[in-house]
Amino acid sequence: MPGDVRPLSEEHLREVVAYAIAANEPLEVRGLGSRRGFGRPVHAKGTIDLSGFTGVSLYEPEELVMVAGAATPLAEVEATLKQRGQQLAFEPPRLGRFFGRPDQDGSIGGIFACNLAGPRRFKAGAARDHLLGFRGVSGRAEIFKGGGRVMKNVTGYDLCKLMAGSFGTLTALTEVTFKVLPAPEKLRTVLALGLTADQSVQALAAAAGSPHEVSGLSYLPAAIAAESTVDFVRDAGTSVTAIRVEGPGPSVAYRTEALRRMLAGQGSGQEELHTGRSDSFWAEVRDVAPLLGRDRPVWRLSVTPGLGGSLLDRLCRDLGADGYLDAAGGTVWLAVDAKLADGGAAAIRAALGPGGHATLLRGPDGLRSRIEVFQPQPGPVAALTRRIKEGFDPKGVLNPGRMYDGV
Amino acid sequence: MRMPEPDKAALGKRSELVAAFREFLPASSVVVDEAGLRAFECDGLTAYRQPPMIAVLPETTAEVSRILKLCKDAGVKVVPRGSGTSLSGGALPLADGVLLGLGKFNRVLEIDYPNRAVTVQPGVTNLAITQAVETDGFYYAPDPSSQIACSIGGNVAENSGGVHCLKYGLTTNNILGLEVVLIDGEVIRLGGKHLDAEGYDLMGVLTGSEGLLGVVTEVTVRILRKPEVARALLVGFSSVVAGGACVGRIIAAGIIPAGIEMMDRPAIHAAEAFCHPGYPMDVESLLIVELDGPEAEVEYLVDVVSGICRESGAVSVRASTSEAERLAFWAGRKAAFPAIGRLSPDYYCMDGTIPRNRLPEVLERMAEMSTRYGLRVANVFHAGDGNLHPLILYDANSEDELERAEAFGAEILTLCVEVGGVLTGEHGVGVEKRDLMGTMFTEIDLKQQQRLKCAFDPDGLLNPGKVFPTLHRCAELGRVHVHRGQMPFPDLPRF
Repeated sequence: MPGDVRPLSEEHLREVVAYAIAANEPLEVRGLGSRRGFGRPVHAKGTIDLSGFTGVSLYEPEELVMVAGAATPLAEVEATLKQRGQQLAFEPPRLGRFFGRPDQDGSIGGIFACNLAGPRRFKAGAARDHLLGFRGVSGRAEIFKGGGRVMKNVTGYDLCKLMAGSFGTLTALTEVTFKVLPAPEKLRTVLALGLTADQSVQALAAAAGSPHEVSGLSYLPAAIAAESTVDFVRDAGTSVTAIRVEGPGPSVAYRTEALRRMLAGQGSGQEELHTGRSDSFWAEVRDVAPLLGRDRPVWRLSVTPGLGGSLLDRLCRDLGADGYLDAAGGTVWLAVDAKLADGGAAAIRAALGPGGHATLLRGPDGLRSRIEVFQPQPGPVAALTRRIKEGFDPKGVLNPGRMYDGV
Repeated sequence: MRMPEPDKAALGKRSELVAAFREFLPASSVVVDEAGLRAFECDGLTAYRQPPMIAVLPETTAEVSRILKLCKDAGVKVVPRGSGTSLSGGALPLADGVLLGLGKFNRVLEIDYPNRAVTVQPGVTNLAITQAVETDGFYYAPDPSSQIACSIGGNVAENSGGVHCLKYGLTTNNILGLEVVLIDGEVIRLGGKHLDAEGYDLMGVLTGSEGLLGVVTEVTVRILRKPEVARALLVGFSSVVAGGACVGRIIAAGIIPAGIEMMDRPAIHAAEAFCHPGYPMDVESLLIVELDGPEAEVEYLVDVVSGICRESGAVSVRASTSEAERLAFWAGRKAAFPAIGRLSPDYYCMDGTIPRNRLPEVLERMAEMSTRYGLRVANVFHAGDGNLHPLILYDANSEDELERAEAFGAEILTLCVEVGGVLTGEHGVGVEKRDLMGTMFTEIDLKQQQRLKCAFDPDGLLNPGKVFPTLHRCAELGRVHVHRGQMPFPDLPRF
């Protein structure tokens, strides 16, 4: 099918997919196009542009639920929530600048399709944990729905989990229903300065295992910290270990003190960020801002948290990479040398050990075609993945190859 | 409730399968005698009973793999079972099927505090996980009321909740890794101690799949540090509407309590008579609001929430001042089922979820149904997340009361769907709500779900007859009904 099609109704979208099946012409599925650089390049003649499915159709703050068209801009969703003191607890990143589209932070449906989340992930869950229901058109050209609008629902298979992180390869989403939560009244960040990556990971584990309900656990090596826009971080002159607490005012003050006592004597000193600076700092961590200025392939590694520190050190040394840690060491962000033929894939994946995975979050088209962008799957899991794809999209018309070859 | 007709060919393979199982399992782990099989004939939904053809009780993943492979090759159905506490008949055996009991998988394999993860075998009870780590100040958050008996493998199969899931999530939000055996005997590992296993979220779809997709043989869960303090408020209202509105105000104020439970008048009176927790008897609804966290936060929030309750017209507000008092507040709620059980020879526990603001209407219509069916009903409600547990009182020995109770229950669940809710919030569909699936999903929705099953279990051998009202063959589901080479949509706009 030549060119783009921008359906305005589910029925119209269904017809487009039916045509793609009949004509055997795969389609690229696109919301607002902000994250097209994530995943393997899709080779399709046409595009389904879902931007017509937009707008918040239901928002009940007391029920903690919102329903929106899949292509509703993330910024619109967050602005609407903010008016009522609420937020998306999984802290979706704004990746417009990261993907070279500073004006476009993408759609809410895209956030779910890519299962993205920010620093609060280890506590509040990822996008997958907040998707309650959806509507869409499968690769079988059928309009269907999954889930519901209530928080507790075990009626049938949890297809919401399957949609989250499926990158449009199973279903073109038209509507998403998701859980929203109150935004914290106050936030504060305790900074421990001058720790090594390994020391930092230990300190972060202790904080995560404390009763202080921390909601951000990050480590920035000295070179990365020096580029922060937040003065206390930029001027630290050494590495920065950051621990965030959020909640009602008296609680935040109490927990900040407790964490400072816990960290006393570690590293070369402490600092504290209050609400405004904390906001800016965690937005940087969330949006991968520390690696933005480096026009290099960027990897996200998800590992057993305790292994994050030594992995970061080793990969930075071996690959000449820059990087930082989030999620208490469970997330390792790396920007690698653009000259590496495989973008560092082999070395990074070999270093992971058993369990864990590495995703090339950003890289040139050529590199993303050449290597596995997502962690390669063991045979039986790959086979299962293929069969699931066939169940939803037997002719492979939706975003073919975006995740894996043939999927 | 009709189950699929027993397959004569499968029944004919019984002795052959028993011999094959006994080649690698001790005789005591292959149950064939009538008395032994009867032990497995039902789960927590005791209205339905059916002994299995054979019961096997393996101890290792390799044994589970061999059992499944043998069953697949023989074309024999398999029903997995944990502790058998399902309230929806998820572990109801099949007359022509093998019951796969996982009770011997009862070991805690690893406790990893630095990474806040515990790895256990699936037969370990929910509570045993917390007990394994509580002396070090940790716990496992989901706490279904059957936690003393229910297995973590069963929790994964049912995506179990509990009274604290408003703040801490369901099972699906608290597991990190799974080892799963597929019907062809293949063993796969999903996740680990890291977050967000990528690729399609197989762990996410296996959780809550009611034993229809695979058999879980190992689970890694996330543990949390026990909160410093927990306090509870006991709040009485002169109407159910006022109680419900108060819950909405607490949440709108930006507070997510660890739990918010609501009981109606019949439930309050039954609980008070049963264990004397000191509940006010002159109220129409009672809230238990639990706040947990750092001491400074809990002190502050107890004051804020008490204020909101008073503004919402509460006729009594009591905040626990000791751990003993907090537990006393909960004692009545936790004993609500047996307490109500004392009022009647039998009760039938429902599990719909509704948008909370539709509660008054739902309760009103339920009262009308109660009169019409001639059966009493008491309500306990996970008010924070809208999960309603109406308990229908009946006497199974009285002619047609079970039938009436079931019809009453079905009408309640249909009402839940009608107001924007769902058939089941935490107990699962099983056999119990199977035939109501069509009230919530279209035929297309249901077929798409079944195609997911086909990807895991193309012959439909794992726990068939549960969840889906109609069994479709995978070959039939696989067909695509679109004509090739035509241009069926000439009016398609292009640009």
